[in-house]
Amino acid sequence: MQHFISPVLWQFLIKWLTNFAIFPPEASTIAPYADALYFFLILISVVGLAAVAALVVTFSIRYRQERNPVATQIEGSTLLEATWTIIPLILFMICFVWGALLYFRIYSPPANAMNIYVVGKQWMWKAEHPGGQHEINALHVPIGRPIQLTLISQDVFHSFSVPAFRVKREVIPGRYNTVWFEATTPGKYHLFCTQYCGTLHSQMIGWVYAMTPEDYEAWAAGSTSGHSLAQNGERLFASLGCNSCHNSTPNAHGPNLAHVYGAHVQLKDGQFVTADDAFLRDTILNPTLHEVAGYAPIMPTYQGQVSEEGLIDLVEYIRQLDSQYRIEQTIDNSDQQPVQTGAAPPGTSAPTMTPGTVKP
Amino acid sequence: MSTIVSLPDQSTARLPKVSYLNKEYGLKSWLLTGDHKRIAVLYMISITFFFFIGGAMAALIRMELLTPVSDLLAADTYNKVFTAHGIIMVFFFLVPSVPATIGNFCIPIMVGAKDLAFPKINLLSWYLYVVAGIMMICVLTFGGVDTGWTFTTPLSTHYLNTHVVTAGLAVFVAGFSSIFTGLNFIVTIHRMRAPGMTWFRLPLFVWSHYAASILMVLGTPVLAITLVLVVLERTIGIGVFDPTKGGDPLLFQHLFWFYSHPAVYIMILPGMGVISEVISTFSRKRVFGYTAVAFSSVAIAVFGFFVWAHHMFIMGISNYSALVFSLLTMLVAVPSAIKIFNWSATLYKGSITFETPMLYAFGFLGLFTIGGLTGVFLGSLGMDIHLTETYFIVAHFHFVMVGGMLMAYLAGVHFWWPKITGRMYPEGVSRLAAVITFVGFVLTFFPQFILGYLGMPRRYAAYPPEFQVLNVFSSAGASVLGIGYLLPLLYLTWSLKYGKIAGPNPWQATGLEWQIQSPPLTENFAETPIVTHEAYDYEWLENTKAREVPTVG
Repeated sequence: MQHFISPVLWQFLIKWLTNFAIFPPEASTIAPYADALYFFLILISVVGLAAVAALVVTFSIRYRQERNPVATQIEGSTLLEATWTIIPLILFMICFVWGALLYFRIYSPPANAMNIYVVGKQWMWKAEHPGGQHEINALHVPIGRPIQLTLISQDVFHSFSVPAFRVKREVIPGRYNTVWFEATTPGKYHLFCTQYCGTLHSQMIGWVYAMTPEDYEAWAAGSTSGHSLAQNGERLFASLGCNSCHNSTPNAHGPNLAHVYGAHVQLKDGQFVTADDAFLRDTILNPTLHEVAGYAPIMPTYQGQVSEEGLIDLVEYIRQLDSQYRIEQTIDNSDQQPVQTGAAPPGTSAPTMTPGTVKP
Repeated sequence: MSTIVSLPDQSTARLPKVSYLNKEYGLKSWLLTGDHKRIAVLYMISITFFFFIGGAMAALIRMELLTPVSDLLAADTYNKVFTAHGIIMVFFFLVPSVPATIGNFCIPIMVGAKDLAFPKINLLSWYLYVVAGIMMICVLTFGGVDTGWTFTTPLSTHYLNTHVVTAGLAVFVAGFSSIFTGLNFIVTIHRMRAPGMTWFRLPLFVWSHYAASILMVLGTPVLAITLVLVVLERTIGIGVFDPTKGGDPLLFQHLFWFYSHPAVYIMILPGMGVISEVISTFSRKRVFGYTAVAFSSVAIAVFGFFVWAHHMFIMGISNYSALVFSLLTMLVAVPSAIKIFNWSATLYKGSITFETPMLYAFGFLGLFTIGGLTGVFLGSLGMDIHLTETYFIVAHFHFVMVGGMLMAYLAGVHFWWPKITGRMYPEGVSRLAAVITFVGFVLTFFPQFILGYLGMPRRYAAYPPEFQVLNVFSSAGASVLGIGYLLPLLYLTWSLKYGKIAGPNPWQATGLEWQIQSPPLTENFAETPIVTHEAYDYEWLENTKAREVPTVG
């Protein structure tokens, strides 16, 4: 058989018969829900198309000119028209409700999700794990655990898509978008940039590695850079001189940052905003955007001085800043000279501390 | 309540001595004409030119995608090619396709007027189109542009060094051509209807153009503003869309889609008008539920303005606003469904023949139904997350735009060809072309739905090898489709000289345009018609014919 057709065509057919797929693998908890809706949509499409085809074909045969030389003029029929208005409307409303439920499922991360930061840039994906693992065009995640991705672009629009998980989120400059998933099957899955982002758009691809929790632990331990994001952020906090104002002393120029993450902050105009990732990022880059009540707007902008990765480090540092004591530690470490504060507990002189180990 | 229609014997037909084609001769008489019919012909030549440039780009895209690696075209070239394909096909072919050619030709005659309300603005519209077209050709000649037809910021404003400004201005100018056409139609339909031509005696073709014209006049200025902002942002950095200057890149998406979603209806509504005329004529039966079809056009136009954010479901708009836009998207699908069923019901108890325009119209019914229903997939919020920005969406809008609009355009061109030129196209080969187009189309674009669900992103010069088989099918289909589009170009050109003489009403259609000579006089009607019958009144046509005294010479 192989001798009778061209080898190229032969290879092609073999490849098709062995690799032909109509559906991507279902590798997340969301995938079965998405596929169920997809099958329902296919079903109503097939029924709708069959209805139209049946009408057109039947009428074309029965009322073709040879069989029916005389046309009968009909005005219309309100009853029939109402029927084919209401039935599609009902079907479309089902699609709407079903789609909306799925949408809220995909875009509402559970509270216990493990957060990973992803920065998109022309033309690569950088994943930043809080534990200090940095990856390019790859993302390692454990299965059976909800993972939240906080996504931001350093330049143009990108879009983070993992077809096997049925999730996708636009990655936009200047704002954190989030998406979550829970992988169910260990394996290696495509990661695509789906928003056109310039010359090498089609090379902004990578792999998502879904691993068993044990494998993931081993990987995380083996590929950490040794410094967590918060530790990097702590260094940056000191080197940018943030602690000269945000030092939690009674006459500090800037607000105390301990416990600020997730808190309701009162602004000058009396409004309250939640200090989340986006709020912290905005106030670093554009301090006058949200003027916090009780403080003069004297903070300079850090626009152009801190990379997106650096901002993530700072946000991660502030997120973990759960006591005044930690700020004092930062100041100690950067200035290399102890600051006199009355209520310093024993252990102030410890030279380096990682956020996880400090229990004031 | 029954009518017998038999097509007239064309062997006795003669070309009229004087018509709009031979009243004046010379290039100047064409380039300075105010005659809507001549401007329609000018438009038809221009958009055909751009259609084949856009088609050549499509051919390059499909050839590149035969193999998973980017080998025929480098990534940069590929990006420029799909951008050129998108910009040319959307702004230089689909938007003007039916309205500026067939609409321009037929609407004044259908309402019983001598010309459009503003003949000079009509000519200006064509010149603007030509200027925009020359700008676009310059862009292509001097190195192209690689923004994608969507001009997404900040890519277009800060990260590319191609001819973004010229391309943006070309689309800006083309937009005015579209605004002028729409304005002309609105005024003509309101003010220049012949005595007795009430709103509900207008052919549905006029209704759908009226709806599309409202969209053109209200939507296109927003696109113009958006493109000016992009140009200003790129040249002097005003920072409306730049997040580092406090701008919002999502604002661009809102503004762009505020035009570009209604633009989809600008493109499809006139095609729907063609389908109403064609299906009625070849079933010798009035359109089932005239009022429902007329008002569904208006409903599409109105709802069409409030669904734009469904292009942004994954971009981080509020979940609750996504809910509203999804709901409205579902509602806008209903009038389209009404139209499809009403057209199908028009066939019931008709006396159907299968000339080429009817075959294209059947193609439209099938492909537009698929295109519309896959739109429901994308309007369905959770499903959109997986499908958007993949080949699924590429297949969806090609089913609507190419399977729907282009089929309708070709149906219309064949249907009114005898009226425009006075000669028939060759029936046999054109039926073949209609079938080839349908088969080629399905083979090209159906595999892309599967590719999309598998997750293949759009605008990829290179793709993972497991997607190759379906891409090869798609490219194979594209070559069939290419033949389907080249054939009409050849035989329609041939028919200009060798086609059979058509006579005034070769299809025995009821529209006013079929009651005058083919090709028409410059002033359309020897005397202003007085309309006493409704649209698609085949009994009236029968009676008129019976009363006619055959004249010789």
